[in-house]
Amino acid sequence: MRAKRFIPLAGFALLALLLFKGLSIDPTALPAARLGQPFPDFSQPELLTAEVIGASALQPRPALVNVWATWCYSCRVEHPYLLTLAAQGVPIYGLNYKDESEKARQWLVELGDPYRLNIADRDGTVGLDLGVYGAPETYVLGPDGVILHRHVGVLDEAVFERDIRHYFTSPAKVAQVSSSGDGE
Amino acid sequence: MGRLICALILVSSSAWAVIETYEFSSPDLASRYHLLSQELRCPKCQNQNIADSNAPIARDLRVVLYEQLEAGQTDAEILDFMVARYGQFVRYRPEVDRQTALLWWSPLLLLVLGGLGVARHFRKKEHYPDQRLTAAEQEQVDRLLEDRIP
Repeated sequence: MRAKRFIPLAGFALLALLLFKGLSIDPTALPAARLGQPFPDFSQPELLTAEVIGASALQPRPALVNVWATWCYSCRVEHPYLLTLAAQGVPIYGLNYKDESEKARQWLVELGDPYRLNIADRDGTVGLDLGVYGAPETYVLGPDGVILHRHVGVLDEAVFERDIRHYFTSPAKVAQVSSSGDGE
Repeated sequence: MGRLICALILVSSSAWAVIETYEFSSPDLASRYHLLSQELRCPKCQNQNIADSNAPIARDLRVVLYEQLEAGQTDAEILDFMVARYGQFVRYRPEVDRQTALLWWSPLLLLVLGGLGVARHFRKKEHYPDQRLTAAEQEQVDRLLEDRIP
């Protein structure tokens, strides 16, 4: 019956383990509801050409869709890395989220333009359909136009290499669907 | 007394709610708006509903809520719309599914576990051996007590 005396201790250890594990959970990381679904269709002007485009314009794929705005400080932080990725040949489409188009165009002139095209989502409807709750966010579009991954927060080399690179190198892994984030 | 009431009103949560005016075509829509905006959780600020939050995304969701109510959508349709975009997270009372099952059932589970513990505790008491004294023991006690009484 000596073993019985250790029941409270075991219970405590179990609880401590559970709570300790809880420390490493990021409470701001939300499950992305749109994973595994096609990119929601839209009808919005392109930022530079003003031509009205839809989801079918997001070609070629796989590609990144980057949610950005001039009011978003972290977007400025990740911008140089997006330029690097674009130079490596990764197709990036911009979702200019709840922004003033004039300011956004100015930003691209000043900081460089990593985007193949930009959806001018002035009232945030595309963002809403996508489940965006802040900027920056970056989505991975699979070859078939399905959303494979969402990253919330600044996209940098560490994040890209860890969570995203494989979508662009090995086609075998493309079917995996996942989410990560270190949201603002 | 008047001051106390004022103070109490000021600390109540609804006094902190965002002030916005929507013109509803019927009072029924307005009351549904209030219920739903308190039921929907702000994705950005986490521990506020969209009625209380000033975050831009909460404002957007209130506009969507207003528009959909005016467009004649049912509560279920509106909640489905929100869940499709922001997941069950966006509801303070998520539907029971595989992910939320533990959330819903753990209070009951804990109650059952606690009940079992209590039941076990009391059952153990009954298992103690009969503690009444035997005739010989009783005699011994009587004798000892008798000696003591002056």
